[in-house]
Amino acid sequence: MEKVLMKGNEALAESAMRAGCRFFFGYPITPQTELAAYMSKKMPKVGGTYLQAESEVAAINMVYGASAAGARVMTSSSSPGISLKGEGISYMAGADLPGVIINVQRGGPGLGGIQPSQSDYFQATKATGHGDFQVVVYAPSTVQEMSDIVYEAFDVADKYRTPVMILADGMLGQMMEPVVLPEPKNPEDLPAKPWACTGHEGKRAHNVVNSLYLTAEALEQLNVERYQRYDQIKATEQRAEAYLTEDADIVLVAFGASARVARSAVNAARAEGIKAGLLRPITLWPFPAEAMEATIDSAKEYLVVEMNMGQMVEDVRLCVEGRRPVGFFGRCGGIIPTPAEVLGQIRQIHERLAAEGE
Amino acid sequence: MERELQILLAGFGGQGVLFAGKCIAYAGLMDGREVSWLPSYGPEMRGGTANCSVTLSDAPIGSPLITAPNVLVALNQPSYDKFVDEVQPGGVIIADTSMIADLRLRDDVECFGVPATKIAEENGLGKGGNMVLLGKLFEVTKFCDWDTLMEGLRHCIPASKAHLLDNNIKAIKLGMEA
Repeated sequence: MEKVLMKGNEALAESAMRAGCRFFFGYPITPQTELAAYMSKKMPKVGGTYLQAESEVAAINMVYGASAAGARVMTSSSSPGISLKGEGISYMAGADLPGVIINVQRGGPGLGGIQPSQSDYFQATKATGHGDFQVVVYAPSTVQEMSDIVYEAFDVADKYRTPVMILADGMLGQMMEPVVLPEPKNPEDLPAKPWACTGHEGKRAHNVVNSLYLTAEALEQLNVERYQRYDQIKATEQRAEAYLTEDADIVLVAFGASARVARSAVNAARAEGIKAGLLRPITLWPFPAEAMEATIDSAKEYLVVEMNMGQMVEDVRLCVEGRRPVGFFGRCGGIIPTPAEVLGQIRQIHERLAAEGE
Repeated sequence: MERELQILLAGFGGQGVLFAGKCIAYAGLMDGREVSWLPSYGPEMRGGTANCSVTLSDAPIGSPLITAPNVLVALNQPSYDKFVDEVQPGGVIIADTSMIADLRLRDDVECFGVPATKIAEENGLGKGGNMVLLGKLFEVTKFCDWDTLMEGLRHCIPASKAHLLDNNIKAIKLGMEA
């Protein structure tokens, strides 16, 4: 398997096409632009459509259309652009349309900055748009994972007929690492979508893709059915990586870019004889509650590390249910925490636990 | 080279900081090592300072952002001043002395001053100062072997600029002798 050096943004684009994505609609924004630039060069070569829309709102509605017609389709943006897409994502969820949405996060709120951030966790996992719905959210933390996850995301989206979001950030988007790319899939060979609006030539009944239901009972019933699907996703799609957690007194919980910083801090703590470990959620929704639960026996305390003011920490507390203290350390606005800063936090907890133990 | 190299390259935008970093990263890739390359990005790339973090390791790389490098390659005075005190004790600094007038030295760090920009200009290599410094870095740290470096370099030079390969190799050799 040949390894190539690629930026995270480029790996997302390349592996999406290899997953059979043939439609991309977007609008430029730093620090995501390399993804769209790569698509604009390569998509025509595989017979696909790259289109720079007039706005983010237009782009997500083009995604809706292409998805309704049965295509594998993707859009990408960064934080402020994702807010604009929120309405369209809600419509996709309401119409049970698959599709992949990339958020290469930058600091917010508002126009914010262009440096890496993780401050769209709440938006991605709790309220991407209006209405009762969820999107599946993945948080890669290496360029290889950017490639692997986007390749799989299209399958997950199609299987459950749901939008899937990949929550990356400026650091992962801009950095280069070696990556082994997956085998290209031929869109012709993908599972059929009998629900898609592909033209029926009078041979079957109409397919209708719609999110408007004026009868309360019908709308409730659809929501109930959708939540049964969400239960199935929760039961089967949770993913996390546990690193040195088996005997860990202090369990760090971090995703994406901050998980890399946390991993460095855990290694440094271990070198000092402190039993630290890291639980790294790979799916943010569904939150990996089972993997969290597996750490509770050894954990004396949790430390959540994020590049925001404290968002995922709430889901960690929901899992821990008050059984252990859950602390938080975060930097925001585009600042990437240093391993030394995080190590300092671990040392403090370690010293306090030691003092309490005496 | 067994230990993890955390290389920070820093200079002005246009000095070829990112390119030099990419050559190092590609050499690491050729050697089958763990590699990360992280650029600074944003407004500072247009005429201001530019830097990039390159890590070569034999274990999975944690944070790709290098704040305390064990190798600093400084291409201008502001970058040298900004990062000289961040270099880990026992580390290495390679500095372009044609751009850095005030080379404040540290006792616990090995510093190699090379008038890289001047050497490149005098040898008709234009803006090849970055590759002169890369040559010095290669000679001092031996982060890979020569053939690997050449292979990495060939990967990093786009087909449209293939004619510049020889000049880049010449610059690297001048740096090794400097």
